[in-house]
Amino acid sequence: MTVRLAAWSFAAPALIVIGGFFLLPVAAAFALSFTDFDLYALASLENLRFVGLRNYLDLLQAPLFWQALGNTLYFVVVGVPLSLGLSLGAALLLNSPLARAQAFFRTALFAPVVTTLVAVAIVWRYLFHTRYGWVNQGLAAVGIDPVDWLGDPHWSMPTIILLAVWKNFGYNMVILLAALQAIPRELYEAARIDGAGIRQEFVHVTIPSLGPTLSLVSILTMAGYFQLFAEPYVMTEGGPLRSTFSVLYFMFDQGFKWWNLGVASAIAFLLFALVLAASEGLLRFARSRGMA
Amino acid sequence: MRRAAAWLAALAFAALAAGGCAGRGEQPVELRFWLMGREAEVVSQLLPEFERRNPGVHVAIQQLPWTAAHEKLLTAFAGDTLPDLCQLGNTWVPELAELGALEALDARAASSREIRQDDYFRGIWDTNRVDGVLRGIPWYVDTRILFYRKDIVSQAGFGHPPASWDEWAREMQAVKASVGPGRYAILFPLNEFEPLLALSLQGDNALLAEGGRAGDFRGPAFRQALAFYVAAFRNGWAPAMSNTQVSNVWTEFGRGFFSFYVSGPWNIAEFRKRLAPARQGDWMTAPLPGPHGPGASNAGGSSLVVMAKSHHKDEAWKLLEYLSEPAVQERFHALTGDLPPRRSTWALPTLASDPYSRAFRDQLERVRPTPAVPEWERIVNEMQLVAEQVVRGGISIGEAPAELDRRVDAMLEKRRWMLDRRAHP
Repeated sequence: MTVRLAAWSFAAPALIVIGGFFLLPVAAAFALSFTDFDLYALASLENLRFVGLRNYLDLLQAPLFWQALGNTLYFVVVGVPLSLGLSLGAALLLNSPLARAQAFFRTALFAPVVTTLVAVAIVWRYLFHTRYGWVNQGLAAVGIDPVDWLGDPHWSMPTIILLAVWKNFGYNMVILLAALQAIPRELYEAARIDGAGIRQEFVHVTIPSLGPTLSLVSILTMAGYFQLFAEPYVMTEGGPLRSTFSVLYFMFDQGFKWWNLGVASAIAFLLFALVLAASEGLLRFARSRGMA
Repeated sequence: MRRAAAWLAALAFAALAAGGCAGRGEQPVELRFWLMGREAEVVSQLLPEFERRNPGVHVAIQQLPWTAAHEKLLTAFAGDTLPDLCQLGNTWVPELAELGALEALDARAASSREIRQDDYFRGIWDTNRVDGVLRGIPWYVDTRILFYRKDIVSQAGFGHPPASWDEWAREMQAVKASVGPGRYAILFPLNEFEPLLALSLQGDNALLAEGGRAGDFRGPAFRQALAFYVAAFRNGWAPAMSNTQVSNVWTEFGRGFFSFYVSGPWNIAEFRKRLAPARQGDWMTAPLPGPHGPGASNAGGSSLVVMAKSHHKDEAWKLLEYLSEPAVQERFHALTGDLPPRRSTWALPTLASDPYSRAFRDQLERVRPTPAVPEWERIVNEMQLVAEQVVRGGISIGEAPAELDRRVDAMLEKRRWMLDRRAHP
């Protein structure tokens, strides 16, 4: 009995902090998502109505929510593999025995991760400017007509994806580089003795050895990419025609711009469910391949 | 006897102490005053005079950035930490009035010698009335007028700015023909609601019906404004761009990328500062053209409000009166470029002699408030999204007003419920 008491009292500080600053707010937000808490409710709680599942049902019928979800999925489905591929490619190059000035390139490729997004966005807006941007000037040099990168609803999301991938790939690159350096040299030697080429080495030694790291990195990246917000917020304000409007942007608008905290909470939980399901799916896939 | 003397001495001491409290040794009142953006930076230069006139009152200023101000005000309301006096964008007045955060100012304004309603431009005064109660005093006005390139417009064959929509359309047509491809007659940034809103306010019906219970964008006011707005894009007079794409409107205006621009008073100072000296003679301002001759524009700007929970309402009102004095407003205008809301300030030499401000003086007699409902910002945001969809394709111009009304009615559902409950408790 005293042992149990002692155990609980040791755990208590952590439990109280987790309960007070995590579980309680989450539970409160969950409760909030079944009400129409808004500006009027802030004035007087008499104006608060319990609406049951209406926030969720309304959201599932709102074209704007589906558009935001579609944009977010577009961003995740294209952005995550692109980001991972680029990270892996850069890590492999840096890890190559042929690489020169490794420390310099490692720092240079990691630099976008630690720069401020707002400053980066200003530079990118100029790079992708329809008339003065270097990107269009470069395209013009090879005879391609100018593209309205941020103003054309078909091009705005690819531009945002490029920005996000460029901004973030360095982080995963560093993690993958560490994992690459941890692969024992003997494995490669053994493979070479068995007559494996570079491709076979990559497929049968590098990828399986990176397995756990790759699945971790892809789950983290995916969860992060689902929370797309800052890039469109500073680059396009969700436009043009809401083509870069994400689920999290929708939540921000509802919650902090219009003060519809009930609806905003409902969006947050829908997004949570989505990220949970996607992560679970990815984890199962990784397990089935013996990579986690 | 000696005891009585001791009592007397004690009483005298107590009286002195009490008198001291009420008199010169009074605890100084700290007046908390919240402001936003640039105004917060310059107002401290106006305050020493106020503190000299009112010894015992110390004004503590806090600056809120505009982008975070709305959130901060609502959080402060929830946490009961609102200041005594506050600058408030006048579209936020209905919202905070609805929360019960703002003191009613009718009685104070009626008995004030300084603040006289008939000296204020009518449209701007009315933005501070919510359900018939005065909740703020206008501090400065922000309205939209026309900035134009005199040289390009005259090259296109017109010696004067347009006064009506027909004339404006003819001038835009001529300017576009004269500047050729790659340049435009006007810039209507597709993510700015203000130009379309100003045009919509020129019509005869308000944009909301039944006391703010439902949208009335199907009415003639919005229909004609939208038709004019969209025609500018369809005819190639305006580029389908948002202002994030233009990057720098001042440079582009200087280069003649567009010749007409609907914007606000701060751009007078910006164009003076940012356009090349050789270009300075080439631009001018004009009142906003209306459907049939000079038209109305929006009555934006900031008001000063006294918070209902303040413990120093009298002092707050004194400061509000001080900041409303024409001489103080003249200095304030010199520091910020903000337009004063009173006719007597406009009669003072610095304002009366400025050629760029003249169009604003004229326009201020024709400013109209937007509907005083807390949901207004959301509504006007939606209006612009629908307009963008019409311009870029997605909604036809015929369907747009009904579609917008449908969305606005959904936003006003809670308001209708509350008004009904108040009417039949």
